Amino acid sequence: MATRTKREKPAAAPESPRAQRFVYAPAPESADHVRRLERYDLFVDGKFRPASSGKRFATVNPATEETLAEVAEAGAKDVELAVQSARKAYEKTWSKLSGAERGRYLFRIARLIQEQSRELAILETQDGGKPIVESRDVDLPLVAAHFFYYAGWADKLEHAFPGRRVRSLGVAAQVIPWNFPLLMAAWKIAPALAAGNTVVLKPAETTPLTALHLARICQEAELPPGVVNVLPGAGETGAALVAHKDVNKVAFTGSTEVGKQIQRAIAGSSKRLTLELGGKAANILLEDAPLDQAIEGIVNGIYFNQGHVCCAGSRLLVHESILEEVQRRLERRVKTLRVGDPLDKNTDIGAINSKPQLEKIRALVQSGVDEGAVLHQPACELPRAGYWHPPAFFSGVTTSHRIAQEEIFGPVLAILSFRTEAEAIAKANNTTYGLSAGIWTRKGSKVFEMASKLRAGVVWANTYNRFDPASPFGGMKESGFGREGGLHGLAPYVEVLS
Amino acid sequence: MSAPLRVWKTWKLFVNGQFPRSESGRYDVVKDASGATVANVCRASRKDLRDAVEAARAAFPGWAARSAMNRGQILYRIAEMLDGRRAELAALLGKGGEREVDAAVERWIHYAGWTDKYQALLGTVNPVAGPWFNFSMAEPSGVAVAFAPEDSPLLALTSLVAPLIAGANTCIAILSESAPLPGLLFGEVLATSDVPAGVLNLLSGRRAEILPHAAGHRDVNTLLVASPTAAEAKLAQEEGAGNVKRVHCIAAPSGGWSAPEAQGLAWIERGQEIKTVWHTMQL
Repeated sequence: MATRTKREKPAAAPESPRAQRFVYAPAPESADHVRRLERYDLFVDGKFRPASSGKRFATVNPATEETLAEVAEAGAKDVELAVQSARKAYEKTWSKLSGAERGRYLFRIARLIQEQSRELAILETQDGGKPIVESRDVDLPLVAAHFFYYAGWADKLEHAFPGRRVRSLGVAAQVIPWNFPLLMAAWKIAPALAAGNTVVLKPAETTPLTALHLARICQEAELPPGVVNVLPGAGETGAALVAHKDVNKVAFTGSTEVGKQIQRAIAGSSKRLTLELGGKAANILLEDAPLDQAIEGIVNGIYFNQGHVCCAGSRLLVHESILEEVQRRLERRVKTLRVGDPLDKNTDIGAINSKPQLEKIRALVQSGVDEGAVLHQPACELPRAGYWHPPAFFSGVTTSHRIAQEEIFGPVLAILSFRTEAEAIAKANNTTYGLSAGIWTRKGSKVFEMASKLRAGVVWANTYNRFDPASPFGGMKESGFGREGGLHGLAPYVEVLS
Repeated sequence: MSAPLRVWKTWKLFVNGQFPRSESGRYDVVKDASGATVANVCRASRKDLRDAVEAARAAFPGWAARSAMNRGQILYRIAEMLDGRRAELAALLGKGGEREVDAAVERWIHYAGWTDKYQALLGTVNPVAGPWFNFSMAEPSGVAVAFAPEDSPLLALTSLVAPLIAGANTCIAILSESAPLPGLLFGEVLATSDVPAGVLNLLSGRRAEILPHAAGHRDVNTLLVASPTAAEAKLAQEEGAGNVKRVHCIAAPSGGWSAPEAQGLAWIERGQEIKTVWHTMQL
């Protein structure tokens, strides 16, 4: 390893009494209650059915590399059937219901999610690798809240667009990523249905299970057949879905690269498009930042969900007067993060979602080392099986380093320093992305000034990675367009007539 | 004494508050209905577009930082100056010209009154669960390029660019190809209206030539194409995807460009981004 890489050996003797490590007994969430099937089918027209081709793919627990289930893989023919069923449901039932009736179905779904949230949280953790405390305490409450929130909009659309006549669009094709599988499904489905559209949803190929359980909840809620269709599959399935000529609306969350492909693919059609793409957010610590809270905010900003977060605070911009102290504190804090079994309630950092993603993270970390940044990474014992990456941060990063420009989508932070606030703003905005940013300072006026200058769709002041169904989320520049959440989240699913 | 020899005007582009010729040295000939030559106009090149984008980008922070009230006053000043050139513009526009100028003046006044109001309608205060004060507000996307349609060369141009600059964007407009003169004369209106240099730039030229470059330009945030052909709409999106451009293909309003639906909040919204800020209330 290069001499500039700082990797410590497992501590033999504690540096000080305060650095003593606590020993935690395993505290796994029991998974015996979960009704996980061995085989999952597509959900089309209110029924579960195998893929027309008969094809299946394995979905793997990234923490153990064990196959969790065999899942039907939707092909072009299934896309055809699903879009037809969504069209039929739109014309015959869903668009004919009153807003209040649509709302009732959504309220039902929200309630069923709450009832089944423990099961869904465990499934989410098994399928995706995220710590159970996150799926249990962040994802699932937000999923239920999102349905509950938009359920309430369904009969109030005339208040959402005062003075303007609006109508639903028709069939929405929705393609979602693997980092927040069920939450992204909720973000897509709830506003679409509230506004009167029907949907065909394609979950990511590494995390299809919770979306299929959500399909079951739709069934249990007696949602009319065809209003929600779920087609597991990979990129090809998604491409066929967004290209289908009877789709009126495309909503995609994922990488900027694929977002651009989709924008190109539907060029010339009348399909409406919203994109929620990548990010390389700056988390900015001014001279007077409240350090205790800021350190927690930095950790939450980059290590939450293994850094598999499009709005992750992956670039830390620190005022040079506090740089040393911040690095020292962060180094100490990162050592206390527990990496391991995602089902363990003491785990802070779970498994990396997939092998290709782990390889991508490793390659970018290597580029950081090769380009001359200093890697700080605690020695932690990682489980043998599964995909893991210890929490890491780089000091001595410059804006031209790949780790300062490219989205790593892993638990890896790049630290840069600045001298003046103008420099901080310039560095923060020096990216093709524009999804999110963070500001840490005790001065309220400074927060407003900085927030107004940051080119980002979401700005967190003295906090980070907060989400709420009432709060619009989405990016500027190459982080995409359109908003999800809040009043603004309805607009992408309606056509304004006048 | 015979009348003095008429002084003909050299028609030039309007970029960065100045009237340059096309760097390419090329020109197109504008003819009247009888086929007689009326004027030679610059045929803007890719480089002219890039210069205009540079000027618009440089003007953007200053324009966006002005108070909404001030932007409103400047837009109103445009209406005043436009009204003063009524006769000249009407003559260039031909039949129905006076009506078109009046409608354009009306539209500038309409947007002058919008500059300090749309924020209150597009923004929200969001009741999030927790100790945060959370609000969303509209901010300009940045630099926009707007392709005017062939018809209504003054009113359609106004309908496209007024909401953009009312919403604090800076803009480059590509004028009607067959009738660029009213738009070019409008540049003289802008030059005397306190509009800061670079905020609104006007290019005469050929849509087919400029569109791919505008759509592919990485420093353009928003692209408006009025009355596009199917091929133009496709190209705009395809090339625009390179930097995830906000591409809006705008069909001619069913009631014509003078119809009420050709103006209003939705037109401003096209050039806006929503920024949401979470303020921690307890530290």
